[in-house]
Amino acid sequence: MIDYLTSRDFLILFAKMMVIFGGVMGALAYTTLVERRLMAFVQMRPGPNRVGPFGLLQPIADGLKFLFKEQTVPGNANVLLYYAAPVLSMIPALLSFSVIPFGPDLKIADINVSLLLIFAITSLGVYGIVLGGWASNSKYPLMGAMRSSAQMLSYELSLTLSVVGVLMITNSLSLTSIVQSQQGTWWFIPKWNIFLQPVAFVVYFLSGIAETNRLPFDLAESEQELVAGWHTEYSGMKFAMFFLAEYANMVTVSALATIMFLGGWNGPSFGPWWMEMALPTVWFVLKITVFLFIYMLVRATIPRIRYDQLMYFGWKVLLPLALANILVTSFLVAVL
Amino acid sequence: MIELLFFLFAAVALGSAINVLIQRHVLYSSLSLILLLTAISGLFILMQAEFLAVINVIVYAGAIMVLFVFVIMLLNLPADEDGVDRLRWLKLVGIPMGLFLLLMIARTVWRVEGVSATTDLAGTPQAIGASLFTDYLLPFELTSLLILIALMGAVVFAKKDL
Repeated sequence: MIDYLTSRDFLILFAKMMVIFGGVMGALAYTTLVERRLMAFVQMRPGPNRVGPFGLLQPIADGLKFLFKEQTVPGNANVLLYYAAPVLSMIPALLSFSVIPFGPDLKIADINVSLLLIFAITSLGVYGIVLGGWASNSKYPLMGAMRSSAQMLSYELSLTLSVVGVLMITNSLSLTSIVQSQQGTWWFIPKWNIFLQPVAFVVYFLSGIAETNRLPFDLAESEQELVAGWHTEYSGMKFAMFFLAEYANMVTVSALATIMFLGGWNGPSFGPWWMEMALPTVWFVLKITVFLFIYMLVRATIPRIRYDQLMYFGWKVLLPLALANILVTSFLVAVL
Repeated sequence: MIELLFFLFAAVALGSAINVLIQRHVLYSSLSLILLLTAISGLFILMQAEFLAVINVIVYAGAIMVLFVFVIMLLNLPADEDGVDRLRWLKLVGIPMGLFLLLMIARTVWRVEGVSATTDLAGTPQAIGASLFTDYLLPFELTSLLILIALMGAVVFAKKDL
């Protein structure tokens, strides 16, 4: 075991883990800033621009504030689960980055069912929310947790079913080979799955928004009714962990959308050797950024829908669409 | 390394399985069950059956147990009280049944020898799909029929005026 821990393979793997973990955490912190600034621009107000130039040091100030805030525990709360819940929502959110390929070589693990592994890990994220809402022993968190678990269960179905079409086309469950199958172009159009599976892409994107509890599907923490939903009673770093987990899930959903529908790290490659090495990761991050940008604009512009509309939309619109897409795709794959 | 991981996952699985039984509060029991399922998935991965491991987590830990926890929270079940022993007669049936199950497992373990799951491609989705649609087609289709019937039963229960 000591041999393995000092071997070259492990050191390379360790360096990759550090790069991906550090990069993701840093990106998450600045995503919050970008979101606040962008929302502010949409709503014609300045937003947080006091800390550092253009407010660039705001995430650091926020982090310090979270660390030094008083840690409150509500009376009669279930202390064990109250402390465990933020951890339980943070671990799955970060664990899914272990199999996401950020570039041809920049990935921690490459297993042959990596896509299913991500779905498995993210499906465990609901426990953090449910237990956090229950352990707080307060009515608004409980309501939020109930809504959130029902919503996440409903939309997970259409989210998972929407990618089946892509799987049938690429014939693989490994994210790396899904990306590799989208290399090249038809004349000048890139060979991305979005052109083969437009319906699946729309279903995936909409259920992705619902799965991450974002507006217009953020019934779980609708401020006007439930104060802040399941994390109403949380403060300080525990709240920050819920907050970061939400953003990490957002990045995961965007990364999966990029890998499955937008060709992952594929893109034009040019320049000297170091640019050819860095460019795939740059394309990948750029595509994720586009998704995050759309997420934020949707949040800033579209009002929240009603709870019955949410359930109706999930079960009677998205789910049949995803099933029909599977039928049509399997028919076409078999015929062509 | 593999042996170390095996003993880790086995210890977690056994510990959480015992915890499922001895906990008084039903929520803690179901949380231990989730831990048990993830530990078993770890054991599957050690045997290179990644597909089974992942499906185990998705179906049981990610979907079915969420419903369990959901219902427990919705009903807000209190911890079991001491003294109320409604299952007294079931114990008389349960002990022989448990012994019988143990015997069957022991017999199976005794008879199986020299099988290694690590060599062939038994755990890949392709192999599982192929065997589901050829050798085990009838059980597979019958199971789906059973699930459909259960689904219709749930609808009938939920809707009073059908």
